[in-house]
Order: sequence, then C-alpha cells, then structure tokens
Amino acid sequence: MSTALNTYRNGPDEGGHFGIFGGRFVAETLMPLVLEVEKAYTAAKQDSAFIDEFEYYKQHYIGRPSPLFLAARLSAHYGGAKLYLKRDELNHTGAHKINNVMGQALLARRMGKTKIIAETGAGQHGVATATACALFGMECEVYMGAEDVRRQKPNVDRMRLLGATVVPVTSGSGTLKDAMNEALRTWVAKAETHFYIIGTVAGPHPYPAMVRDFQSVIGEELRWQLEEFEGPGRLPDTLIACIGGGSNAMGLFHPFLDDESVEIIGVEAAGHGLDSGAHAASLTGGRPGVLHGNRTYLLQDDDGQIAEAHSISAGLDYPGIGPEHAWLHESGRVRYESATDTEALEAFALCSRLEGIIPALEPSHALAYAGKILPDLPPDHIVVMNMCGRGDKDLEAVLPRLEDMGLLAP
Amino acid sequence: MSYGHARLDRMFAALRQEGRGGLGIFVTAGDPDRETGQKILAGLPSAGADMIEFGMPFSDPMADGPSIQASSLRALKAGATLASTLDMLRTFRAGDADTPVVLMGYYNPIYSYGVEAFLDEAIAAGADGLIVVDLPPEEDAELCLPARAKNLPFVRLTTPTTHDGRLPAVLVNTAGFVYYVSITGITGTQTVPRDLAAAAVKRLKNHTDLPVAVGFGIKTPEDVRAIASVADAAIVGSAVVERIRDSLDAEGQATVATVDGVLSFVGELAAGVRGGRV
Repeated sequence: MSTALNTYRNGPDEGGHFGIFGGRFVAETLMPLVLEVEKAYTAAKQDSAFIDEFEYYKQHYIGRPSPLFLAARLSAHYGGAKLYLKRDELNHTGAHKINNVMGQALLARRMGKTKIIAETGAGQHGVATATACALFGMECEVYMGAEDVRRQKPNVDRMRLLGATVVPVTSGSGTLKDAMNEALRTWVAKAETHFYIIGTVAGPHPYPAMVRDFQSVIGEELRWQLEEFEGPGRLPDTLIACIGGGSNAMGLFHPFLDDESVEIIGVEAAGHGLDSGAHAASLTGGRPGVLHGNRTYLLQDDDGQIAEAHSISAGLDYPGIGPEHAWLHESGRVRYESATDTEALEAFALCSRLEGIIPALEPSHALAYAGKILPDLPPDHIVVMNMCGRGDKDLEAVLPRLEDMGLLAP
Repeated sequence: MSYGHARLDRMFAALRQEGRGGLGIFVTAGDPDRETGQKILAGLPSAGADMIEFGMPFSDPMADGPSIQASSLRALKAGATLASTLDMLRTFRAGDADTPVVLMGYYNPIYSYGVEAFLDEAIAAGADGLIVVDLPPEEDAELCLPARAKNLPFVRLTTPTTHDGRLPAVLVNTAGFVYYVSITGITGTQTVPRDLAAAAVKRLKNHTDLPVAVGFGIKTPEDVRAIASVADAAIVGSAVVERIRDSLDAEGQATVATVDGVLSFVGELAAGVRGGRV
C-alpha cells in the first residue's frame, strides 16, 4: 500500500496488508484454503447475482436498513451535542453480526461448502452463524470459550435450538481467543470440507477486508439516513463505536474514512482500568505482534506470549484487534479510547432507563465514552453511535452488578 | 559461528550410508522445567535420536493438539522464554557438536525478540534450522529470507493440502530438509498409513532433491519403523511429551522417573528405525 495517502479506503494490498498490519500468517495446511476463499470472494463481489442475493437477504431476512434514531433524552441528559443511534441491534438475531454472516454463508454456498465452523465470544456471531446455517440447511459447529458459555447462556440455548453444535473450549482462559485457536485447529483438520465463518475483521487475508465489506452497509445507510434528518450533504461530525475485534466499528467507519470533517472514535474495553492490567484494550495497552493469521496490536508479555484479556463484555474480551484498526490507529485517522466495566454498566442502565433501549454490554462501552464528550460539544454537533447489539443476552450476568450499584428500580 | 547446513547434511549422508531412515524427536524447551528439560535434551542423542526438534514454547500453538499445547504451557509456567530456549541449546551444544537441532515454533515470540537478534543468537547457540508453523511462503520476507541470508536453513512444512501447483512456491526457499505433515490436522491426532506416506514422499521427491522427514501422528516404534522405511526421517513429538506428562507428580513437578522414562521411550522408538527398511 502506498504511504503517500490520498485515501484511507483502498487497502489492503495484494498480500492483505494494511501498512505493516494484516497478512496471512497461517499454517501451510490452511494456506491453499485461504487462497481459495480469496479467489472466490474476489469473483463473488463482482458478480451481480451474488450482490443481488446478498441484497435480498439483507432486506427481507435481516430487516435492513436498520433505523437511525435521534436519542433525544440521552442527548438532553448529557446536555450538549445531538446523539443519534444507528439501530443495528434491531437486525434479525439482535446484533450487527448477521450482516457479515449472511455474506460469508452465501459465499460458502457458492463455493459448494455445506459444513460451517465459527468461533464466538458473546455468542452473537455464533447465533448469527447458526441462524444462517438453519436457513441454508448447512451443518454448523460453534467454538465458544467455556467461561463465555457460562456467562452467555441464552445465546448457547439459541444456538442449540437452531441446530448448531456448541463446543465449549476449556484451554487458556476459556474466552474468545481460545475459541478462535480451537476453531482454527478444527479448520486445519477439516480444511477440505469446511468453511470457516470468522466473526470479526481479523484473521488471515481476505477475512479482514471481506468482513469489513459485508459490514460497511452500516455506514453506507447512515450517510443517506442522516441526510433525511439533517438535510442534504450533512455528514456526522463524530462517529463512535465499540471495538473488540472491531467489525461493527469498521462497518460504521469505513465509508467515512475519506470525509476529513468526520471525527472517528473507537472505544476499547478498559476492563478494571488500563492500569490494572485486567483489560482488553489492545491498541492502548498492547504492541504489534502476530496471532490468528494477522499482524496487529496484541496484549502480550515481554517474551511475545499472548496475555489474557479481561472485559465484562464477552464480545470485547479479546487480546487483539482487526489489522485495519491497527493501521488506522498508527496513521492517526481514527482515535482509540476506552471505557471500563463500571462505566459500561452505568451506560447500560442509563440507556435502558432513558430511551427504552436495552443495549448490549459491547455498545454500552461506546455510549459510556460518548457520554464523556457530549456535554462539551455544541448543540449543532452530531454524534452517531453504533448500537450494534441488544442486551437481552447480558441480563443474567449484569443484573446482580446493577443491583449492587443501585441502578435497578425497586 | 554457523555450521549452516553441515550437521543436517552429514546426518542425512550417514543415514543413507547406514541404509535407514532417521529418528527426529520433538521436545518442548523447558518442559517440565529447565533443569529436567536440559537433562532430557542431553540424553536424546545417546538414547537414539538422530535429530532434535526443539520446541520454542508459545501460549497459543494453533497447529498443535492437546499434548503439545499442554507441554508448551508447562514450560511457560516453569518460566521458559525464547532467551532461555536459546540458552538451553547453547548448553546442549557444549556437550554435543554433531546432533542437528532444529528450532520449531510460532512467529510471535521471534518477532517480539527481533528477527535479526534471534537469528544471530540461534546460529551462535548452534541451531541447524528453523521450523515456524505460521509462516507460509507468502510471508517469506519476515524470517525465511533473512534466515537464508545467514545460511540458516528454513525448513518448510508441506501438507496433504499442498497441491502440485503450489509445491514449487513452497519448496523454493526451503533448505535442510522438507517436513511433510502427514495428516490434514493438528499434532498428535490420527496416524498416517505407510502407503499414503510413501506416496506423499514420492510426490515430494519429484519436486525436490532435499531429504523428506515425515511427522504428525507418528506415535509408536511400529509407526516409526513403517514411516522411516519410506522417508528420510520420522519425527515423533506428542507421544514423547505425553511420556513427560505421565511421569509428573500430582503438582505437575518432575519425578525421578521423568528423564529415564522419556529416554527409554526414545530408545524403543530408535529400535524401530534401526530395525532396517521393511
């Protein structure tokens, strides 16, 4: 990729690099497969039949476009700028994950693959994958950390109901990183028959670019939706999204990367606090390394051993981040901030109470950070936050904490 | 000082002269602890290992099954680092100038250490080659080419999914020998039938003059005998580190049985290759 940038939107290069990030760091067993996926995706995205089919399912099955909503009471509460919510939690299955899954499932079908594997953290990607597999009559195996199986039980139940086999992973800390290791091991063993639907903008090329492309519908819709509210040509002033691997954020950000006036902020999970060592903020607290098929920022020790991440949100509990985010961080185009477990819980309760929208813990991090900047912005400033998932799945884990914090009605 | 390919070349030449395939033994550096690991390492040549694959521990070994994952975690828990791995190799070399040792692992610890510093120190410590699982030819600029520039062989993995059209690209920068991963899967799972291994080795030999070693899923003296009869070497890993695991006490510490248990198992495997070609 050229370093003399006049656009932030033409990556990655042929080898899947965003600057020094990305690439294809996988075992030889997988390499022919990865190349096959790349070839198939390159052909599919230029094929109008594939594009039409994807559009059909986005509209009639996922329920797109997702609404844009002016959160008037939250805006008034913070007292400053206008806050809009992009309502991707209203998609079928309750999160943005289905956008990408539908694209990859259609690609798998086009490649003649009928067996699917996936990893999941919060379970939203697993549920979306199980859903698409039910829809298309495919076999589905979902790898999920044992700790996440425990804290996201409703999603485990949904996956089983949809016919997917959920495989609890006990290695490591039993969270998303370990689930991804195990999914990759399974893919190595079943490379010739199985398609791996990766849930975020990470992994070997072409996954980061492909997942970004499938998620970019979020930002593309926002562009025309905001004009309907605010008049022709009006761009958002600030975009905010939470980041684990970073797929919902990339979907919101990518269409706006070349609109210089748009400030873009990604919010990582600061767990117990950045100084506590127990967090999942790979850009703020990590350094470049190689894991799960790509070079990116990773939480790791001095010896290059990968560290355990911590976040109350299973979906953000990952020691890495998509390589394009690592590049956007170093290039300075996107600013990366963080919010703690406690701040996210407060935002979770606040949004439920003021807007009647129970957010997932993941976007609660984005809202928590939005709450820090909104009061100091002028009234005509427009902030758009991606409400990327709904919080039903989190209730069991969150309610005792909210009770302790005195944030529940009697 | 670099021996370059010399030790590996001498070993494969000697094996040809003896008319047998070689035995490669994988152990993870510092498993179950540094002192015990050093004793195991020192004892491998006289127990019958022709060459050693010395595993550099990594927290997230994506191509390894449960046995080698556990081995890696034991080593890390006991304090192993890339620096201590190189140090163990240095100590080994002080007492053994002949047995080839190939460092095997994943890229992140090397990247974190610094590629140039790692290569210089690995060569100075007496390494004879590198196997880095997550560096396919598409990423040769990372480590393979810098290693070649210093005359340290970069041993490539080829697999059942490496089709003929791809083989030239996989083999072009490979040196020392070619490591054939005999199964489509992770280490320590199923065992490959001899006929399939023979056919795979033959296919590789059509593309390269390098020796071919076969690994993944080779567990018993019988497996070793069968594979070493059709390949230039058979490599055993999971079954060896399982012997370490089985010898530990309830707290996971080494016992008096650990070193001898592993070495006597290696002796049994060695009897397999020395049984001659079937």
